[in-house]
Amino acid sequence: MARTIIPIGPYHPLQEEPSFFTLTVEGERVVAVDVELGYNHRGIEKLSERKTFDQSTFLVERICGICSTSHPFAYTRAVEDIISLEVPQRAKYIRTIIAEGERIHSHLLWLGLAGHFLGYNTVYMWAWKLREEVLDAMEVLSGNRNNYAMFKPGGVRRDIKASDIPGVIKKIDSIIPTLVMLKKAVMDDPVLGARTKGIGILTKEDAINYAALGPTSRASGVARDVRKDCPYGAYDRVNWEMIVTQNGDVFDKLVVRVLETFESVKIIKHCLLNLPNGEIDAKIKNIPPGEGIGHIEAPRGEAFHYVRSDGTNRPVRHKMRAPTFMNLPTYKATVIGQTISDATIIFAAIDPCYSCTERMTVRNTKGKKLYNGEDLIRLSQEKTAKIKSKLGVK
Amino acid sequence: MEREKVLADIQERFKADIVDFFDKSPARAYVEIKPSSLVKISSYIFKDLGARFGIASGLDARTQMEILYHFICEDINLVISLRVKLDKSKLEIDSLVPIFKAADWIEREIYEMLGINFKGHPDLRKFLLPEDWPKGVYPLRADYKEWDDKAIRDRGA
Repeated sequence: MARTIIPIGPYHPLQEEPSFFTLTVEGERVVAVDVELGYNHRGIEKLSERKTFDQSTFLVERICGICSTSHPFAYTRAVEDIISLEVPQRAKYIRTIIAEGERIHSHLLWLGLAGHFLGYNTVYMWAWKLREEVLDAMEVLSGNRNNYAMFKPGGVRRDIKASDIPGVIKKIDSIIPTLVMLKKAVMDDPVLGARTKGIGILTKEDAINYAALGPTSRASGVARDVRKDCPYGAYDRVNWEMIVTQNGDVFDKLVVRVLETFESVKIIKHCLLNLPNGEIDAKIKNIPPGEGIGHIEAPRGEAFHYVRSDGTNRPVRHKMRAPTFMNLPTYKATVIGQTISDATIIFAAIDPCYSCTERMTVRNTKGKKLYNGEDLIRLSQEKTAKIKSKLGVK
Repeated sequence: MEREKVLADIQERFKADIVDFFDKSPARAYVEIKPSSLVKISSYIFKDLGARFGIASGLDARTQMEILYHFICEDINLVISLRVKLDKSKLEIDSLVPIFKAADWIEREIYEMLGINFKGHPDLRKFLLPEDWPKGVYPLRADYKEWDDKAIRDRGA
């Protein structure tokens, strides 16, 4: 059968990691995939070598707009690791609260987009409306809806006022009924099931081989979560469950994220109600020569930072690795053999940016344009409509 | 296996390959090894110990190049970092891609940023830098200088 090359990309800077995919298809089936990165490479690792340890915290906060706390969290832990410093308890709790708030809104954002790609714009609207509540709560806690600037090596920059806590708990609690409704809507819906079950399966072996992270690996039965395995912050003081499912398809990734949102609500509430008193900053004076590693569980998986100091006030080397760096290659294993109309949701399932899906074009071998990104989302939505009419669902 | 046993076992098993062993803190251990032993030790840590490959980080330490391979043993909450030092006259090391695919992208990145060649990598080509980036210019090397004074990307902070 004739082969068709589909270039997808390169660029949509709305979310992190713009990338360019080239799909080769035979008819409807994807037979080969190639990924090209670098369209938004900003040289932050190099830049960080020219910043002081304090300034780098704000630099790495700007790696990603959605999980803006994960990188400062990993970075400050790496700096603290150089001097084997334990931050004060209160700072640990505040860090945990901010990180989990971010997880909730990041997962909701993903859920909304996944709904949109599948032709469920109601899910999209509900999830994003819900996300607003969380962002409001974060604004009360940190002063910002995103890019909270709460972290510094040694602790946190701002305290949480006792008078703010009841209001924030009320806000966080208010999302639960809608979240339960959304959970039922996505987990019990036969059409959504038909679109996502058995699609884009990442096997456990592949997840380990590609060292996949976060919900992407936990949906494949790999029970790994930095929060549980290498406890940091206040995670070892809260009773929460690690969500692991076995099938590795798009549906399981969806389930993991939805259920994790409930756990995050639980963690935030526990931390707010049991916030210990005391200092919020260990007041680091200077960083001696040495090297440190900091890794934390970001919404998409582990963020990893390595910092080396030579005794000056700047890092000589600062390596940062975002979770998508490990998760993106897995899609070579998941998308082959699938159809183009499912490709959109498989790209989206690892929760990268939706640059990949927004800017897709399908070309045949002569370079004639067949579809663009919108068409592909439409293809995906039409497939849902077909299944709906077959099942007799409105 | 417990943490102490794992570390003692690695030291015993690869006695001839280990140059230096630094037990930094309860959750961190740095093991400097001979570059020629990298594949052997990594494959033991990844396959037999069941550790996850976190990432590798290359760096120009002026007198030589260093690569650290970070493995995370979740069962015992330990990050084992294998350190290899490469002589600047021969920047070459064995690729880890034949053992696990997770090493694919990071080796391409180090190749591009520091100019270290990975023997046996199936697909060592342009990764992050622009297409018009000149050959032989490695931005993360200590002696890196701006090659295009008109380019904003080189000016940094």
